[in-house]
Amino acid sequence: MSTPLRAGTENCASPEKGEISSEMEKQADELVTRYPVSKRSAVLPLLHLWQETFGYIGPRGVEWIAKRLSLQEIQVLELVTFYPWFRQRPYGKFHFRVCRTLPCALGGAGKTFAALQKLMNLKADGHEGAMVSEDGRFSLEYSECLASCGTAPVILRNDEFYEKVDEKKASELVAGCK
Amino acid sequence: MNPWNHDVAKDEKDLIDVQVDGVWMQMPRGLNVVEVAHRSKKFIPHYCYHPKLSVVGNCRMCLFEMGTPKMGPDRKPILGPDGKPEIAWMPRPQIGCATGVTPGMGIRTDSALVKDCRNGVMEFLLINHPLDCTICDQAGECKLQEYSVEYGTGESRFVENKVKKPKNVDLGERIVLDDERCILCSRCIRFSSEVGKEDVLGFVNRGSHSTLTAYPGKRFDHPYSLNTVDICPVGALTSKDFRFQMRVWFLKESKSLCTSCGTGCNITVGSREGKVHRLTPRENEAVNSQWMCDFGRLNFHYLDSKDRLTRPLLQAAGQQFPGTWADAIQRAAEGLKKVKPEEMAVVASARLTNEELFVLKRLLAELGVTRVDGVQNLGQADSFLRSGDGNPNSRGAELLGLSSGGRKFSGWGEEIVSGKIRGLFVLGGENVIPAGISASALAKLEVLIVSGILQNETTRAAHVVLPAAASAEKTGSMVNVHGRLQRMTRAVAGPGEAREDWMILRDLREACTGGNSLHSVEDVWKAMSMEVPAFTGMSWAKIGDLGVQLESSAQAVPSITS
Amino acid sequence: MAISEQRLIFKHIDAPGYTRDMECYLKHGGYEMLKKGLAMGPSAIRDEVKKSQLRGRGGAGFPTGTKWSFIDPSKATKPIYLICNADESEPGTFKDRQIIYKDPHQLLEGMILSCFANGVKLAYLYIRCEFTFGHKVLEKAIQEAKAAGFLGKNILKSGYDLEIYVHRGAGAYICGEETGLIESLEGKRAYPRIKPPYFPAVLGLYMSPTIVNNVETLCNVKHIVEMGGDAYAKIGRPNNTGTRLLCVSGDVVKPGYYEFPCGGITLGQLIYGVCGGIRNGRRLKAVIPGGSSAKVLRAGEVFKVKEKDAQGNMVDREVKLEDLRMDFDSLAAAGSMAGSGGVIVMDDTRDMVECLANISTFYAHESCGQCTPCREGVLWLKKILARIAEGHGRDSDPGLLKDVADRIAGRTICAFGEAAAWPVQSFIGKFKEEIQLRIRRNGTAAKRDTISLTH
Ligand SMILES: Cc1cc2nc3c(=O)[nH]c(=O)nc-3n(C[C@H](O)[C@H](O)[C@H](O)COP(=O)(O)O)c2cc1C
Ligand code: SF4
Ligand code: SF4
Ligand code: SF4
Ligand code: FES
Repeated sequence: MSTPLRAGTENCASPEKGEISSEMEKQADELVTRYPVSKRSAVLPLLHLWQETFGYIGPRGVEWIAKRLSLQEIQVLELVTFYPWFRQRPYGKFHFRVCRTLPCALGGAGKTFAALQKLMNLKADGHEGAMVSEDGRFSLEYSECLASCGTAPVILRNDEFYEKVDEKKASELVAGCK
Repeated sequence: MNPWNHDVAKDEKDLIDVQVDGVWMQMPRGLNVVEVAHRSKKFIPHYCYHPKLSVVGNCRMCLFEMGTPKMGPDRKPILGPDGKPEIAWMPRPQIGCATGVTPGMGIRTDSALVKDCRNGVMEFLLINHPLDCTICDQAGECKLQEYSVEYGTGESRFVENKVKKPKNVDLGERIVLDDERCILCSRCIRFSSEVGKEDVLGFVNRGSHSTLTAYPGKRFDHPYSLNTVDICPVGALTSKDFRFQMRVWFLKESKSLCTSCGTGCNITVGSREGKVHRLTPRENEAVNSQWMCDFGRLNFHYLDSKDRLTRPLLQAAGQQFPGTWADAIQRAAEGLKKVKPEEMAVVASARLTNEELFVLKRLLAELGVTRVDGVQNLGQADSFLRSGDGNPNSRGAELLGLSSGGRKFSGWGEEIVSGKIRGLFVLGGENVIPAGISASALAKLEVLIVSGILQNETTRAAHVVLPAAASAEKTGSMVNVHGRLQRMTRAVAGPGEAREDWMILRDLREACTGGNSLHSVEDVWKAMSMEVPAFTGMSWAKIGDLGVQLESSAQAVPSITS
Repeated sequence: MAISEQRLIFKHIDAPGYTRDMECYLKHGGYEMLKKGLAMGPSAIRDEVKKSQLRGRGGAGFPTGTKWSFIDPSKATKPIYLICNADESEPGTFKDRQIIYKDPHQLLEGMILSCFANGVKLAYLYIRCEFTFGHKVLEKAIQEAKAAGFLGKNILKSGYDLEIYVHRGAGAYICGEETGLIESLEGKRAYPRIKPPYFPAVLGLYMSPTIVNNVETLCNVKHIVEMGGDAYAKIGRPNNTGTRLLCVSGDVVKPGYYEFPCGGITLGQLIYGVCGGIRNGRRLKAVIPGGSSAKVLRAGEVFKVKEKDAQGNMVDREVKLEDLRMDFDSLAAAGSMAGSGGVIVMDDTRDMVECLANISTFYAHESCGQCTPCREGVLWLKKILARIAEGHGRDSDPGLLKDVADRIAGRTICAFGEAAAWPVQSFIGKFKEEIQLRIRRNGTAAKRDTISLTH
């Protein structure tokens, strides 16, 4: 028996739900104007826009962007699966990225990560990428160097950046998730 | 046709001195080092480089040691005792595929460094490669297998877990993909994008996990998709049609032509024990470069169709019975003479070779038959190779004066009904019913002789059926839509008693008129070159494996070497 | 032993009351150099940059004036692009972040001057997306600059037009490599291009001539315009001119970012003086002087360095690790590199297998996967190191690691190959006994701390 095509979408959730607002369409159009030479350049900005709106990039996002930029879907999927920032399934309402690269590791990133994992009660589930809590509240993954090695260990909680996150600060940050 | 032709220099006459493995020679400026090595009878192994695709330099198999002339204080090369520049070798190896030669360049294709580079790449490629050569279709044509014998170390030092990837992926209508075998050279992606003009394939994931795929729901069904199977250096892409058929080293290879349209792509017929297993493109820059369409490639299974005509058939009391060739030729000869020459019509199919058509021409001249024409067969033209002419030899039939491309033929149905035509001789397996002659008209004919390959409505109505050889089963020449005279050689014998048309016609001619001067292709060529203006000065040998462009053809070949 | 900084680029950064708004920037003389530069004209700016001997701050230290000279705006048949490389992703480096967040207009002014000097009408600022706020800062700065006429059409009525757009990356280190960056900006996987033929100066963005410069490099242009190339070249040391932003991280008392004349400080002064020494009263074991790709230096190492003496003759000099000058040539002479200015310090309690495994995990994760030696070799390195770290080392592993690394470096499409191989080559070369001991004790010695995080 042969396997159907699904490489690059094994970890993909079902299509994203929700409306594509006219505001979003307008934003997308504006982003495309920044690339007067080739609108293909707008793939990354549109992927960011989509992920910020829908939380992840599933088949709907890929197809919407491909259509908008007159690309083939594969040309978008190639990027979704290349760039670690993008995800193909929903992460937690509070997504934590802990820098694991050497300076942060020297600063105790391993302990910070373990503390967060315990606080959020997360288990590795065999998926690529982050661990996600069952209630969808939390998710956690390692990230590579976040370029703030002097204040190790550093983390991102969604878009907020925190420095010198030891175990104590980690628990405060989790407690602060409202 | 091709976006790139890296195997041809910008100016082949602009020669410069380069040194390859210690020997000075002249090579065209700018030609890449893989090609330079090739021309100097050296070999630089490579995977990702393909002369007809963009150069990406990702496999790193073609690393070589490069040197440039040592410069003196006067900024001129320092010359050695042999009067040639002294070479300063660079410590860092370079890729041959992306390096064009410059004056005085030194190239080492087999130094210790170069060997270590290849060794390294081989070891890297093999660590995550499955060891399944014994069940791999590519075995025998696999560059990984071939190079690992030449450049590998045998032992693996890899004790970690291999990266797992999808196997046996249904990539498209005609192609299966094994991602674990894929070495990520991107040739297939570049082919479909640059030659096929469709971005169907791509890599997903990253690093060692990079995986070739198509978007789910978008299959790789491009009309030229099977070329990727040819250019895939390993057994990652396999043809469903050829999978598990045959170890390739058992295949006999014969040079032939695809006859599924007027382009006449040059092909190699792979056969074993009288059975054709596959058709693959044979490089000819003037026609098809290294490509062919999937339709033409797969259009050979009819060769062993159960509808093949394998014995002569003779009609008696409204029914067809098998007969001997002697009887069939006899009956056909009688039939040809039964009606007056002006009541006879002949379908000189543009699927026949020039040689066959020429013998036919002789026969008709001797009989005094002048009502002769071909039948139009429309093909599905595309913007790449496929021609709108479904006949492979329309130009040949025209040059021999036997065809007006079906214009005359279109009136024949009425002429049969009105009784003007009483006899019809159909060649080349043409089915005249879909072409415009009704079944009731056929039934009215006093004489219907058909030479064909597969049974069809026309053969079933015939009084004499002569089983003929198909294209892979015969030797001869054709002229493609661009006026290129090309030849094909027999790969297998026809099934049963089927014979090549030129032999059928030769015997028929002997039986009809006693003419028998043409015994071989060479004989035919001797006569043709004298009688057919377009073939003046031509001979079977002169056509060669790649054919010749006929002067008489006004049509130029489209931009193939651009 | 306190060495004082010479702050040129960081002049206002962290200064009390200094904000990233344009208003504040203008109060401190902002955009005056743009006016000066516009009056000087493009070729004069290019001349000053050439005279300054400025070397790129992104990692390779390539002379900026030379890079610019590959492009001739007067002869260009295609548009010329400039890209500011704000991907700052070399582990240990966090200087560009300070500029972007705290003094974005300085970067813009340097960038506009550089664009003007090179006939650029469309430029991109490629910023890593992990600077989740940084791109907003830059967008705002661009809006402010446009509103004030420093950017956009007819800049300060000079007739010169320039658009700058911010483009966010998406978490891939390889986008820092300039041709990977260009591919990424074209909307593709960030596969670095082969050079030749795809040198950015010839076949860059959209196959047009393109200049890629680091954030710090572009900021320097502003100061070169201000003080003139010759004066700038007097800062630092010959061939290592100007100031250098240094980022210190790891086991020091006061990690952080500092600015010194290039080569105006030694590694010892930096670690023990500026950064207060090794923390917790420990001793230095190893230091990576130029971002994680640079070869590691071992405490106690002595280097033979070729130098010019007072008479200008080349002489060999023995230099102790502590006395190494923090400049391009000195660190190169010590077999490492100044790279991106990221100094990572490890104390004597650190397990070198763990540290190296951590670094190799980074490279295995970040390889773009395009070319064979890097794609296959770097993951292999990581797997071997992870195995040793987990207590399953083999006696043959150190040799194997070296072999694999040797077969990556120098044989790949981009310098990522070296970046991944150098740490392995240097750690294996300099800490071989420790690694062998770790293998011999496989599993029996309790791990002191887990740094590898090979997950
Ligand atoms: C793997 C790799 C990563 C790099 N990352 C960065 C980076 O994050 N930021 C940067 O400015 N340059 C980086 N570079 C260097 C760039 O390729 C390029 O040389 C630099 O941006 C040129 O600017 P400069 O001349 O101003 O230094 C990297 C190079 C390599 C090989
Ligand atoms: S499938 Fe074959 S041709 Fe395509 S990338 Fe893989 S190895 Fe290359
Ligand atoms: S293009 Fe025509 S001649 Fe060529 S392979 Fe296809 S059908 Fe055959
Ligand atoms: S060296 Fe590594 S990162 Fe650079 S092109 Fe090759 S695989 Fe990609
Ligand atoms: S043939 Fe692959 S790198 Fe040259």
